[in-house]
Amino acid sequence: MYPYIPNTQDDERELLSNIGIDSIENLFEDIPESIKLNRRLNLNRPMSEIEVKNHIENLARKNKSTDELICFLGAGAYDHYIPSVIKHITSRAEFYTAYTPYQPEISQGTLQVIFEYQSMICSLTGMDVSNASMYDGATATAEAAFMACDNTRRNSIVVSKTVHPEIRRTLKTYLYFRGIEYVEVEDNDGVTDIEKLKAVVSNKTAGVIVQSPNFFGIIEDVTEIEKCVHENKGMLIMNVDPVSLALLKSPAEQGADIAVGEGQGLGSSLNYGGPYLGFMATTSKLMRKLPGRIVGQTEDVDGKRAFVLTLQAREQHIRRQKATSNICSNQAINALTAAIYLTTMGKKGLREVAVQSTQKAHYALNKLNNTGIYKPLFNKPFFKEFAVKCNSEIEKINQELLKNNIIGGYDLGKDYPDYTNSMLLCVTEKRTKNEIDTLVALMEGIR
Amino acid sequence: MRILENLLYTNDHEWIRVEGNEAYIGITDYAQHALGDIVFVELPEVDAQFNAGDAFGVIESVKAAADIYIPVSARIIEVNEEISDDPSLVNKDAFENWMIKVELLDKSELDNLMTAKDYEEHCSKEE
Amino acid sequence: MKEYNKLIFEISREGRVGYSLPQIDVAERNLEEFIPKEFLRDKSPELPEVSEGDVVRHFTLLSNKNYGVDNGFYPLGSCTMKYNPKINEDMAALTEFTNLHPYQSEDTVQGALELMYDLSGKLAEISGMKAVTLQPAAGAHGEMTGLMIIKKYHEKRGDFKRKKIIVPDSAHGTNPASAAVVGFEIIEIKSTKDGAVDLENLKAVLDDEVAGLMLTNPSTLGLFEKNIKEIADLVHEAGGLLYYDGANMNAIMGIARPGDMGFDVVHLNLHKTFSTPHGGGGPGSGPVGVREDLVDFLPVPVIEKNGERYILNYNKPDSIGKIKSFYGNFGVMIKAYAYILSMGAEGLKKASEIAVLNANYLMKNLKEHYNLPINEICKHEFVLGGLGKEVNEVTTLDIAKRLLDYGYHPPTIYFPLIVDSAIMVEPTETESKETLDGFIDAMIKISVEAKEKPEILKGAPYNTPVRRLDEVKAARNPILKWSKE
Repeated sequence: MYPYIPNTQDDERELLSNIGIDSIENLFEDIPESIKLNRRLNLNRPMSEIEVKNHIENLARKNKSTDELICFLGAGAYDHYIPSVIKHITSRAEFYTAYTPYQPEISQGTLQVIFEYQSMICSLTGMDVSNASMYDGATATAEAAFMACDNTRRNSIVVSKTVHPEIRRTLKTYLYFRGIEYVEVEDNDGVTDIEKLKAVVSNKTAGVIVQSPNFFGIIEDVTEIEKCVHENKGMLIMNVDPVSLALLKSPAEQGADIAVGEGQGLGSSLNYGGPYLGFMATTSKLMRKLPGRIVGQTEDVDGKRAFVLTLQAREQHIRRQKATSNICSNQAINALTAAIYLTTMGKKGLREVAVQSTQKAHYALNKLNNTGIYKPLFNKPFFKEFAVKCNSEIEKINQELLKNNIIGGYDLGKDYPDYTNSMLLCVTEKRTKNEIDTLVALMEGIR
Repeated sequence: MRILENLLYTNDHEWIRVEGNEAYIGITDYAQHALGDIVFVELPEVDAQFNAGDAFGVIESVKAAADIYIPVSARIIEVNEEISDDPSLVNKDAFENWMIKVELLDKSELDNLMTAKDYEEHCSKEE
Repeated sequence: MKEYNKLIFEISREGRVGYSLPQIDVAERNLEEFIPKEFLRDKSPELPEVSEGDVVRHFTLLSNKNYGVDNGFYPLGSCTMKYNPKINEDMAALTEFTNLHPYQSEDTVQGALELMYDLSGKLAEISGMKAVTLQPAAGAHGEMTGLMIIKKYHEKRGDFKRKKIIVPDSAHGTNPASAAVVGFEIIEIKSTKDGAVDLENLKAVLDDEVAGLMLTNPSTLGLFEKNIKEIADLVHEAGGLLYYDGANMNAIMGIARPGDMGFDVVHLNLHKTFSTPHGGGGPGSGPVGVREDLVDFLPVPVIEKNGERYILNYNKPDSIGKIKSFYGNFGVMIKAYAYILSMGAEGLKKASEIAVLNANYLMKNLKEHYNLPINEICKHEFVLGGLGKEVNEVTTLDIAKRLLDYGYHPPTIYFPLIVDSAIMVEPTETESKETLDGFIDAMIKISVEAKEKPEILKGAPYNTPVRRLDEVKAARNPILKWSKE
């Protein structure tokens, strides 16, 4: 009757008689009558595969995806190209139907993939050690804040206002409930205001969080910030776009103690916001403070190279309330996706993605600027996103663009009252000159 | 299981060897055996001060982790870097390989600790 | 088959490529014209250089060294490794779902919002709660969210002294760890011998500083907490809230609901009970349900239905705030939704009934051969106590490793902590009598081997891609990444 439940009625009877009871109801006699449901759940009746498919496809059809719409929206979720190989490998059931690799002898596939993923994250960030991944960029940033507090035994985190609003909101929640002070530093012309930052960073500051490229797409100069944090013996936490790291200086080169970020752009679909990939890497010195799973290399009894979950004494299943974090799972399939992506694109391909994105983004801003209607909101070096000041409401512009099957930019006024009527646009390698020209022409037509 | 006569012991399986106003502190043979292969020892900074019963460090094996508590109030004079570099030394000889050398802040607290004989009894109860 | 033991970096050859991108079609400028040199890195990050075929072969060969539910029986206690239906995967792969940007206008994502709205309603009905948020990305994340809600609830009442969370010693490690993350002090209480809450121990710690009690029901020993009503009353009388760890929900769907037992906050694991795959460690999804007077504290945004239109409502002044980016693991939600549609009310109940039947059958047939600390009808899982030291010092680990040679993923071992040498078995409803019988045979054979040829067990496994690993070496001298030399 149910394709996922193999036992027949005969099997049931046999099992019951073997156990020595009369009916299935007897198996639930330990549940007090007063709390039994004793009615049918108010849910749908069982549906056939055809019915399920029809039902869900009907819902899907109510959406308009980036297949239909040309996407100039970024703001933390990016429409980068996803090579075909990814879905063919990630849909191998040996990967996706496996549990956490607690039995290493039959989990070498997952374990080696994570080891390779960790190696690539270290390459990109320049850091010594990466964990096996976390829920997303925002929660990874919050975990980094905890790590800084634990390590410095301090209780205050300074955050630049140029950090993504979603990340800042998540941080606020995490820090508030843990009883850690959250201090925000204003921006100045789209970058962290260094003077204001210096004014709040003290020997009570556990860590400073900056994002680069920041929420506005601008590459932050962290030289002064780094000096200031380290003079006060705090930790520098950098949230970075992994794709940008093909071109830009790594967090390690800039003196970061912890590097985190959103890895969705490394081959994961937009997926309406998740599952994504939080990555996190740090220095050797802080290795044992890192939250989450970590895979290490070792050998088996025959001396064969093998991989295993290691440094587990940090984790909740051993350390319980004294663990570095409560996190148990990682985003293994997204980490696999990132490993395949970085392998497929390789050294040259990732650079090409970064170069094309930044070239096309600059082309787009230039074109918009030439209309005389749209002006750059800031005058700072940026990577693949930029903000423009508009003459009309962003919502209105976006509605017009949508009529022409274009997803316009992010309305900055929602999070930054000073920047109303400003739009954050994103151009990835997927966008063509033609699409950019269309965007500009349409925007020019909106008065 | 080895227990040395000339040391004092805690319920949590630390030992202390007093030398005048100073003392060496480590974990017992019983403790190293219970933990199994020790892979990591985290020790405090020199000059740090602790009250009796405070955790001053952490010791980890592959499948377990334990805080190490200071038997008496003390200030850290020296930490044994050798065991940080090679934690297996603790497995080899838990009494030879001390963890911290301290200055005692209140010698009267030593009276609260167990003698070798008491400790032996304590361990046999835990078995 | 030939053994494969290469890292991707070891098959890399300079100049090889696996990608194909179009020629850039805008006028290229010198990079340094718009990005100052001091921001650019001198050396490209070290990434593999391989062809597309190399990529596919490498990862395919690695997948061959893995073992998933699709490979065989996976009776991991507390993990509910049930079959992952394929229609779920197809539905989650529809491009009208996968290719949606989280900030697209609500008009263009009505189907996605409707799905989430409908799913949270279904989960509320199954758990007996008033409302459910889908945002938590995993069970532990759900626990954290639920505990934040509990904290906020007390604060909202002006009660700031409730800083303690009670956790039984039989609990999952995430329970105390999550409570610590939310800034609570943890009070661990000793369970009774059969793994239930010890009412006297509970009463002894209940006071006006207790924010709540976290409980798994059925317990981690696979037994239903018979005194649940009394426990709930005690906690509520003391002013605390009752938190339900949904790890073991697969035992009671359609039979009893946490809400009706008196739980105030509940998390569910879509990757356990609702058949979404574990992915080798994630992504999961850990929705949280709450009773009526806690609804305002749920994380933002809340998906609401406004006439015929679905909206994301951020305007919730009492909300705990945001707990992650965007709206949760949407891709996972689709799979759970497809599962609930397929099973329906009747099917979910059936799933729990058969999960419990299968567990009792295994228990009945293994208890003659292994220690069974508590011999009574279990729910969806049960805990054995190994073979006992008297059998040639064979450990639970040895038994688990030997099971690998017989082609099974071993049960959860050494958990719960309150049972010595625990072997925690959860067969789930998606296994046939033949599979269960095969597993029983293997377990019996191992118990015989333990008596007659214990050295076989000590050396196991033999037939796996690698044999027992040196975990001490891995932890003493960590090698956590590939390096060129």
